[in-house]
Amino acid sequence: MASPDVVRQMDKNARPLALSGHVGFDSLPDQLVNKSTSQGFCFNILCIGETGIGKSTLMDTLFNTNFENFESSHFEPKVKLRAQTYDLQESNVRLKLTVVNTVGFGDQMNKQESYQHIVDYIDTQFESYLQEELKIKRSLHNYHDSRIHACLYFIAPSGHSLKSLDLVTMKKLDSKVNIIPVIAKADTISKSELHKFKIKIMSELVSNGVQIYQFPIDDETVAKINTAMNGHLPFAVVGSTEEVNIGNKMVKARQYPWGVVQVENENHCDFVKLREMLICVNMEDLREQTHTRHYELYRRCKLEEMGFKDTDPECKPVSLQQTYEAKRQEFLGELQRREEEMRQTFVQRVKEKEAELKDAERELQGKFEQLKRLHADEKSKLEEKRRSLEEEMSAFSKRRAATELLQAQAFNASTNNKKDKDRKNSGFM
Amino acid sequence: MSQAEKLKQGQFTNPETPGYVGFANLPNQVHRKSVKKGFEFTLMVVGESGLGKSTLINSLFLTDLYPERVIPGAAEKIERTVQIEASTVEIEERGVKLRLTVVDTPGYGDAINSQDCFNTIIAYIDDQFERYLHDESGLNRRHIVDNRVHCCFYFISPLGHGLKPLDVQFMKAIHNKVNVVPVIAKADTLTLRERERLKRRILDEIDEHGIKIYHLPDAESDEDEDFKEQTRILKASIPFAVVGSNQQIEAKGKKVRGRLYPWGVVEVENPEHNDFLKLRTMLITHMQDLQEVTQDLHYENFRSERLKRGGRKGPEPEEMDKDIILQEKEAELRRMQEMIAKMQAQMQKQGDE
Repeated sequence: MASPDVVRQMDKNARPLALSGHVGFDSLPDQLVNKSTSQGFCFNILCIGETGIGKSTLMDTLFNTNFENFESSHFEPKVKLRAQTYDLQESNVRLKLTVVNTVGFGDQMNKQESYQHIVDYIDTQFESYLQEELKIKRSLHNYHDSRIHACLYFIAPSGHSLKSLDLVTMKKLDSKVNIIPVIAKADTISKSELHKFKIKIMSELVSNGVQIYQFPIDDETVAKINTAMNGHLPFAVVGSTEEVNIGNKMVKARQYPWGVVQVENENHCDFVKLREMLICVNMEDLREQTHTRHYELYRRCKLEEMGFKDTDPECKPVSLQQTYEAKRQEFLGELQRREEEMRQTFVQRVKEKEAELKDAERELQGKFEQLKRLHADEKSKLEEKRRSLEEEMSAFSKRRAATELLQAQAFNASTNNKKDKDRKNSGFM
Repeated sequence: MSQAEKLKQGQFTNPETPGYVGFANLPNQVHRKSVKKGFEFTLMVVGESGLGKSTLINSLFLTDLYPERVIPGAAEKIERTVQIEASTVEIEERGVKLRLTVVDTPGYGDAINSQDCFNTIIAYIDDQFERYLHDESGLNRRHIVDNRVHCCFYFISPLGHGLKPLDVQFMKAIHNKVNVVPVIAKADTLTLRERERLKRRILDEIDEHGIKIYHLPDAESDEDEDFKEQTRILKASIPFAVVGSNQQIEAKGKKVRGRLYPWGVVEVENPEHNDFLKLRTMLITHMQDLQEVTQDLHYENFRSERLKRGGRKGPEPEEMDKDIILQEKEAELRRMQEMIAKMQAQMQKQGDE
């Protein structure tokens, strides 16, 4: 881009000049501050943790309000994300806060896909910002930035180590968002156990290559406190919106039969440290990191996926416009080619079908001929049989006539004999 | 033994008493024989890693059952399968010997996919029943070793709002094989109000899903009032919310077992702090009943199922196979029909063109 180059050139040519009087441009930061205060600030937090681990309570405690969250069930079939936006004001500073909570995280029997929904959500926010940036008529100035600036990962206070789900999820998220791990419900771990637990967690994160958010130490004004706080990670927190009377003061605390855990007592938990670091000191740095590191990485990957490069094959810088045109031509060409292919395939198919049909026709014809022949054969056979039958019939009738004749003659002869016999016999009498 | 019984005993131990027969001595004989024989008990503990199972067992039996424990890191847990580790100890108190076996199940709920993680556990329980059946039906029945699981402590995480899907599935799979006692672990993370709410929630969910947990037997009507009251309190406190610890802490001038926090000391044996004492009472007082229920109910169920099957190991897999085959065939048929329909549609389209 043009501007950084120009600045660098200016540095080489610029010579330091001493002022002989007060000019007044030292008010520039104030002007910036005034402008941004009038615009209002925007901050988005993502809270990841098991159901019931205290995400909503901690948010309520951090921002000293009641965000009206209801208890989720343990029987959600998939991990969901619920985002709620609030407008807060402290002295004259307005903050548009979006809190995104996971619902049903860690409840399923099979947690292999649990991290995917979270990654998809974060990517969607980056995508909508990218789309806005690439628009022709864009209004980034008024755009409600929904990208996640900080991710609080709630670790269960087992006292042993991270869970497998924690490790897998954090590994998938560390290049997309600023991860700040916190140990939730820390009033169940004693001081000595807590120390060992923190060391174990940090060593596990380091040995598995998970990059969590480190508070920045390059700015001298906050370097000291940030370095100290980096050593206390992960923060062991306790949240509570209920107040208990301690020494005539109402403080946020949890009342047990054996004692009272004060949320804002640094001896009891690290809540104050978290609030300092997250809100008071480093909120702006978190936003900056999200924009300059995580978002830029996403943008680069996305554009590379689409085929854009900063330099063309001859290593000359190529503008987005040219690349876009080239891509478009390529795409249209591809479309045409596909159309041709489809048309050819279609023609081929039609030919094949025609050939098939012709074959079928010929077959049918052949069959018809054959049947006809068979039919004729049978007919002639039948004719023959009929003739032979008729001959037999006529022969038979002739023989019958002959036989009858013979019979009649025989009968006559016998009757004559009988008559003779009778006469003879009767003659004797 | 109540006073009345003692009197009765006293009356009939003297052979000079009119009407003496002597069988009032039987309870003493039973007592003597059982002391000589010793007792056996197998306890299984199931729950996710980090819920304090080992600490609780150590606290219950005031010993260290796991001297060389190696806890794996998160990376090893991703694909971890469930193992069964049984450790047996012989403990003795006032002449009564108890052979206690604690069956631990490391790896339960650790892996990313816990779909089949408790099959190993069920196989183990069935295996113990199988072995006992085999011994019982054998020719030489002198030394039958009873390794059947008499009781299973299921640890529920106090961090959630109630039972999780894995809890429900596991308890439903074993409630017909073993006495299930649900326990809320690390109860020092709950205020009293939260504890009551969680207990009620868990009981409701157990009812809702039809899970059969172990119910304490009601006190007999001739027991004394204290015992009846104790049983009533015990029954009302299920599931027990416990805290375990073997560290001795100095509190209010005396040494107690507990956990030390900057804001106070949680005493393990203080009934106002948690239900540890109730759990221990239940386990000890009803150990015999747990064994009986295992013998009369769960073992008999297993035995009748097994003998019905006639010694074939695994008829269920066969039935399941048939069903699976049928389903597969149906799916294939459907697929073929869909393919035919698609081809017909295609031919129609081409014909139109």
